[in-house]
Amino acid sequence: MKFLEENLVALDLPAATPEEGIRAAGALLVAENLIEPRYVDAMVESYKKNGPYFVLAPQIAMPHARPEDGVKEASVSLVRLKNSLEFGSEANDPVRFVFALGASSSEEHLLVMKKIVALLSKAENIEKLKALSTYEELQQIIGRNEQ
Amino acid sequence: MKILCVCGLGQGTSLILKMNVEEALNEKNIMADVEHIDLSSATSMSADYIITSNELAESLQGQPAKVIVVNNYFDMEEIKSAIDANITE
Repeated sequence: MKFLEENLVALDLPAATPEEGIRAAGALLVAENLIEPRYVDAMVESYKKNGPYFVLAPQIAMPHARPEDGVKEASVSLVRLKNSLEFGSEANDPVRFVFALGASSSEEHLLVMKKIVALLSKAENIEKLKALSTYEELQQIIGRNEQ
Repeated sequence: MKILCVCGLGQGTSLILKMNVEEALNEKNIMADVEHIDLSSATSMSADYIITSNELAESLQGQPAKVIVVNNYFDMEEIKSAIDANITE
């Protein structure tokens, strides 16, 4: 399981469209060999087919596809967008944070999801995510959160 | 009582919803069987309630189950009020 490790986080990446944002977050997982490139295509396809339901809280998108679309290891990456983007979510646009989820069929999947819920269920953590400027600060939030 | 938490693929988003719905139900001492599932499977399953996002709720109209919309999947207060407003034991 790889959860928001240093190479899986990119701060203030520019993206012009939701697809670019999803692909940027997916590319971080591909670069670490956690998913196959076709999984990124599957995430984009799912967005086109099912719409922006994965924008599951204000500012937060969690694109993903199915384990059989090419996941090698349960994983989560984060792109904090330079500029917020409209994904088409009535309730939760605009999106600033794209958490790409490598959805695995292993038991680690549940563990990864619990980590996401623990991190994002606290409003204060979202404020910190907006303000932080280094990976070390993110590490501190995650570390404190899981103590 | 059976509750389906529905998202497009039944992998990620609906699992988060299920975790938080179960926590809210626990606090309220409501016994329920909560499952997470994808949209197309959900249409062929019977349940008392379906909890999902605004975007997917429209596709689930016409189901016998009562459809409940949650916008912020991490907001326990919203989830609890949605349960209070819609679910009766």
